[in-house]
Amino acid sequence: MAVLSTPRSAVQLASKGQPLREHLFRIALIASLAIAFVFLLALVSYVLIEGWPRLDSRLWENMPSVRNPDIAGAQSAITGTLWVISITALLTLPTGIAAAIYLEEYADKNRWWNRVIELNIQNLAAIPSIVYGILGLGIIARTFGLGFSVITASITLGLLVLPIVIIASREAIRAVPPSIREGSLALGATQWQTISRQVLPASIPGIATGSILALSRAIGEAAPLLMLGAVSFIRFNPDGLFASYTVLPIQIFNWISQSREGFHILASAAIVILLVILLLMNSAAIWLRNRYQKRW
Amino acid sequence: MASRHSATAPGTPMSLARSRPRHGEQVIKAVLLVAALVSVATTIGIVVSLLEPTIRFFGQVSASEFFTSTHWGPLFEPPHYGVLPLVSATLITTGIAIVVAVPLGLGAAIYLSEYARPRVRKICKPVLEVLAGIPTVVFGFFALSFVTPLLRSVLPFEIEIFNALCAGLVVGFMIIPIVASLSEDAMTAVPSGLREGSYALGASRMITSLRVVLPAAFSGIVAAVILAISRGAGETMIVYIAGGGQPNFTLDLGKAMQTMAAFIAQAGSGDVPIGTVDYNTIFAVGSLLFVMTFAMNYVSARLVRKYREVYE
Repeated sequence: MAVLSTPRSAVQLASKGQPLREHLFRIALIASLAIAFVFLLALVSYVLIEGWPRLDSRLWENMPSVRNPDIAGAQSAITGTLWVISITALLTLPTGIAAAIYLEEYADKNRWWNRVIELNIQNLAAIPSIVYGILGLGIIARTFGLGFSVITASITLGLLVLPIVIIASREAIRAVPPSIREGSLALGATQWQTISRQVLPASIPGIATGSILALSRAIGEAAPLLMLGAVSFIRFNPDGLFASYTVLPIQIFNWISQSREGFHILASAAIVILLVILLLMNSAAIWLRNRYQKRW
Repeated sequence: MASRHSATAPGTPMSLARSRPRHGEQVIKAVLLVAALVSVATTIGIVVSLLEPTIRFFGQVSASEFFTSTHWGPLFEPPHYGVLPLVSATLITTGIAIVVAVPLGLGAAIYLSEYARPRVRKICKPVLEVLAGIPTVVFGFFALSFVTPLLRSVLPFEIEIFNALCAGLVVGFMIIPIVASLSEDAMTAVPSGLREGSYALGASRMITSLRVVLPAAFSGIVAAVILAISRGAGETMIVYIAGGGQPNFTLDLGKAMQTMAAFIAQAGSGDVPIGTVDYNTIFAVGSLLFVMTFAMNYVSARLVRKYREVYE
């Protein structure tokens, strides 16, 4: 601490009069970060310890049950999650990236409709997820007549994470310096050629990072799907867009709602699987960001 | 597409003006615009899906009962439609969450932005992101089966198995990363010249953080806190799992409470016949929640624009 090599060491010179207060403040700051980390550590270790006895192949080989926790598994929930998330990705990633390209590359900020779109996206990002459940129930399931099916869940989750995809993609596109675009245009490329051959390839790492984070949010989301028919115990894998389904977070919720201890152990084991999937996705996103982040 | 390249035949002088309209480019622009409009359609869809059943609800139940009665029990006989217990439960759990998240989140943000060395930051920030990425159903499970038993064994007073205190605490931990990362962004954006000036005048690092950096980043911090409040108010799974399903109009934090979001989840997950009062009730409560979070976001956006300090 006494090394006088960094510019900030001037602080040390000045704070001689009140070192105790300075010290306590620093300790309080570290403590607030530490408390959050201890909470996370406690959560992860509790779930691991609780779920350890049931963390075996029964989880992905057997179907859900409310009668016998020993033979119950989560196969239909795992396949359901795969179905719902794949369709969500197919729907929301192209839409979100296209919207981001429009807003960054084409939209004239002085036009009122472009400002409306922009404000609207910020607002959407802050709407509670349960309200998207209401949208799914009232419009997608009932008015569109898609019912409680994989496609209803995917559209709802897709709309829920769309603002995340758009905001992240816009940041990635904005980070590409204008000189790249100007160079391409000067060589005679059209605007779309410039975007598709220069801007997009340069911003793909950022877009991919944002997309992964958005999908991992969708994987963990339970609240809107509670209203869209995922709560019933489904003992078969979905076989198409209009099949009934359940997903991992909802299956976990169902087991939490059971009073018997065996189901809580089962819920912990399923949570471990969910957390491992999310951790892998998060690490991939962080790795992508660090590996391909370009400094222009 | 290939014909474009032959548009300027060798020999003909190139005009700087566009030689002929490029229809492909216009089509692409239109497609991209449509994608951007999906988000507007989503908002319209949400408003429409909320509005119609809500209007019908107020045809069946008087507005004065909804907003002033303190008794909520739409699924009982005789039904009661006073929304205040749900609103108070939402405010109480969100209040507890804020009491947890604002000091801890701000403390973490000041540490990361003003104190931590780059290497420490590089490790700590992804850990906070992991905390932010934990699904809320997992937080709910942890709240019910670990935090509540812990509270029951250490607290000097009695709390129920389902209680607002535990739900609020865990929601607080859930929103710490929002407060921390957005506030940290705001503080990092404060130019270092301000800090150096403060140091040059003899201020310590603590004084510089609290009297210079914090006020300069104030609008961003307020926006972070408001966003965290609206996230907490709309949080469903934690309060549904750990807070219980009884709508109690009480200030006793040890009692079970039902928030607006938890009611929507509970009533919406049953098979409610369309058009009935029960069905419309879900949407009426949803409208109220939507209006409340929308208002908070609006205030937050206004505050940011009004009080933003621009440094160039």
